[in-house]
Amino acid sequence: MDSVRSNGGGREGRIPVALKILIAGGFGAGKTTMVGSVSEIRPLQTEEVLTGVDGADSVDGVEAKTTTTVTMDFGRITITEDLQLYLFGTPGQDRFWFLWDELSQGALGAVVLADTRRLADCFPSIDYFEQRGTPFVVAVNCFESEQRFGADAVSRALDLDGDVPVVLFDAREPQAARNVLIELVEYVARRQLTSASR
Amino acid sequence: MPADFNRVAHDWLDNEAGPVVRPYAMTQGRVVPEGGELDLVAFVVATTGGPAGRTASLQPEHHAIVAAAWEPISIVELAAGLDLSIGVVRVLLGDLRSAGLISLYEPPAASQPHDVDVLKAVVNGLRAL
Repeated sequence: MDSVRSNGGGREGRIPVALKILIAGGFGAGKTTMVGSVSEIRPLQTEEVLTGVDGADSVDGVEAKTTTTVTMDFGRITITEDLQLYLFGTPGQDRFWFLWDELSQGALGAVVLADTRRLADCFPSIDYFEQRGTPFVVAVNCFESEQRFGADAVSRALDLDGDVPVVLFDAREPQAARNVLIELVEYVARRQLTSASR
Repeated sequence: MPADFNRVAHDWLDNEAGPVVRPYAMTQGRVVPEGGELDLVAFVVATTGGPAGRTASLQPEHHAIVAAAWEPISIVELAAGLDLSIGVVRVLLGDLRSAGLISLYEPPAASQPHDVDVLKAVVNGLRAL
């Protein structure tokens, strides 16, 4: 590529490695809160505009509308100058599932946030990551230090594979949220070692 | 994009999905970047002194991207910073890449397992924060 050759300044030598982690879970489970509590930058929002590229569907009244906008929250953690973590809050609505495909492409793993008052809300996220083979941990967001169920009970209720970590935490606490990420990365590393030794 | 994207498109067309906008006017209606798709966390960096004379057709948004990418920046941060949608930024980046004004660095392929040393560095880094 000409552009790279003509660069010469060596700036391309400082391109960081970026890893993606997805923060999933039902509406109101604390995704935005968690992204905000661990991100070193003010959580940013970005938009993806979807286009009906093949023209309008023949549905009365909406023929003209061929774009729609989805907002994604994301945050960043700089591990070193050369290594950055990006956290993406997944769009909550079911109709944006296809955006998850793009987000989970190459992702390190996912954190599925669970609220024990509405545990069923996180079923779709768990199904999704299980089907795709994306490693995930379940993090039970304990609102107001409410801890009605233990990790084992949640694991059984969600019918998780035995090795999927379940942690209790408070999404508002940066240290607690970072610990969830550590749990995820260690789990990914364990899985990788296991599959490598087979 | 899933094959059934267009068939079910009307399901998304409600107020919750956000305002109706025409962002792709900036790209002359193009929705796919030249030279292929780009990852959300691919890094962009402006090349120093790119070929002169080919910049006449560039729009203000192109110039804003080049200015913002003086230091390496991820596509997603670029889009957020410039308040442009991801898809639009990708198309504009494709133009800039063709013009030799930026270099793009894709993250490691999705099929590759993550390097265990990198994972250890992440864990240690998170612990140290």
